Amino acid sequence: MAKATREAYGEALKKLAVTNPDIVVLDADLSGSTKTAEFKKVSPERFFNVGIAEQNLIGTAAGLSLAGKIPFASSFAMFAAGRAFEIVRNTVAYPALNVKIAATHAGLTVGEDGGSHQAIEDISLMRSIPNMTVINPADSREAEQAVLRAAEYVGPVYIRLGRMAVEDVYDDSYVFELGKGVLLREGKDVTIIATGLMVQEALKAYDILKEDGINASVINIHTIKPIDREIIISAAKETKAIVTAEEHSIIGGLGSAVLEVLSDEYPVPLKRVGVLDTFGESGKPKDLLEKYKLTADEIVYNAKEVIKLKK
Amino acid sequence: MKYDELKVIAKSMRKNILTMIYKAKSGHPGGSLSAVEIMTYLYFKEMNIDSPTDESRDRFVLSKGHGAPVLYAVLMEKGFIKKELIPTLRQVGSKLQGHPDMKKLPESGVEASTGSLGQGLSIANGMALAFKLDKKPNRVFALLGDGEINEGMIWEAAMLASHYKLDNLTAILDHNGLQIDGKNEDVMTIEPIDKKFEAFGWHVIKAEGNDFGSLEKAFKERKTVKGKPAIIIAETIKGKGCSFMENEAGWHGKAPNDDEFCKAMEEIGDIGDKIKGGGLHG
Repeated sequence: MAKATREAYGEALKKLAVTNPDIVVLDADLSGSTKTAEFKKVSPERFFNVGIAEQNLIGTAAGLSLAGKIPFASSFAMFAAGRAFEIVRNTVAYPALNVKIAATHAGLTVGEDGGSHQAIEDISLMRSIPNMTVINPADSREAEQAVLRAAEYVGPVYIRLGRMAVEDVYDDSYVFELGKGVLLREGKDVTIIATGLMVQEALKAYDILKEDGINASVINIHTIKPIDREIIISAAKETKAIVTAEEHSIIGGLGSAVLEVLSDEYPVPLKRVGVLDTFGESGKPKDLLEKYKLTADEIVYNAKEVIKLKK
Repeated sequence: MKYDELKVIAKSMRKNILTMIYKAKSGHPGGSLSAVEIMTYLYFKEMNIDSPTDESRDRFVLSKGHGAPVLYAVLMEKGFIKKELIPTLRQVGSKLQGHPDMKKLPESGVEASTGSLGQGLSIANGMALAFKLDKKPNRVFALLGDGEINEGMIWEAAMLASHYKLDNLTAILDHNGLQIDGKNEDVMTIEPIDKKFEAFGWHVIKAEGNDFGSLEKAFKERKTVKGKPAIIIAETIKGKGCSFMENEAGWHGKAPNDDEFCKAMEEIGDIGDKIKGGGLHG
């Protein structure tokens, strides 16, 4: 069933409201959209709206954590990671405070609001900060588990969530493991390493490639930091060619993170599918994914190209 | 504690602040010295803080983080930080970072990492919200710089404190009138500060920030006000206690040379008698 990861976030918060009395939730006047309103319904006294003030959102969350609370602070990714960057860096991550930043409406699939609201740099910004954990779930099941896990983990976490409903990648048997990549398909010719909603495109690409006689591995990297080096190196050794896919700028995101690992340990040819150093624009999410080539077809094309580069 | 005893502590803090900065050959003497009486009063008269780890302690956030030496100095007088660290300020590997780093000083009374201006009031708000939520009596104090309130985030936080009726929160403005580039009014007009905070829903108290009697009156008045945050606008002298630094913007972020250091230490004079249990010469 198609469901947005932000919906799963709201549901996870509702559970946490009941199970963990230390959880508090903050929002900056977007609680209906970020789904933190779900928490407010259950636990209004532990919900704090800070108004349209994202710097103060993060700073206040830091203070709550210093007094023993586990704050989840939410806004759109553009504002939580962008506008509040320096507060995240200095007031949350520098002292490694136990603050969870759950940022919704990440990537181009914000859609009609346009380029001003489409954060395609947030993974890059957040993963460059020491002490920060960065999670980008692929579907609603993974998102819900990631949120519950983040509540248990002690330290700053950035969780990237989407506005648009995404198809299920997993069934109910799935168990999320922080920091561990997930091998979804196994093949010997090429590895597709994807994150977020591009995981479903990677699975479609797998099917298309198979029809053309190409066997691909597909890996979901939900935890972009700390990244699962082992699964990446092992895939590089196995298939000797990699395509990365993300709904994010090709600068600084998953593709860059995978390149860093390979460059350090086992260089193989790699192609990046992502937003090509450009801003987004208004449009229906599906149309934008087509226009900016965040599709299974683009992954297939790059897979074939990277295979040609194999030694 | 009597004013005379507070004055002895303040003298010791001034000497330690100057020694830290002199040894480091860098740091911010002006805004550290201006806040000495405020910090002394807070930690020895106002706050409930006998131990840096007791859950019931009041919290202090140094929003103007460049005043780190005055925070370290008062925590040394409390016995929470060892005075042996004085010569290590700003040196590689030191616990005494140029701006307060709570990770490097665990369980020492540094309640937040600050330094990038404008962020401490939000941190204090978060603490105050948590204590209110838990119906705990802990109070929260934050020291702001007057230049610092140029930061927009301060006003985001000012709105929040009043919206959530944080009467367990008290801000103190170290109003020494100077910031790096010169006088407040030449760099960016901040007046009327009292009317601004009043308009944001705060109770405003004015005080002479280098005078214990005036500070005592201000903190007493604060206790009478319920249902809203309060700010004490403390008129101070930047570089207070050191004649050639007083009211000179140039001493915002500069260390004294050998002669200047000697002169300053001489001006501050003998510390006087030990205070019972104060660990003054520890």
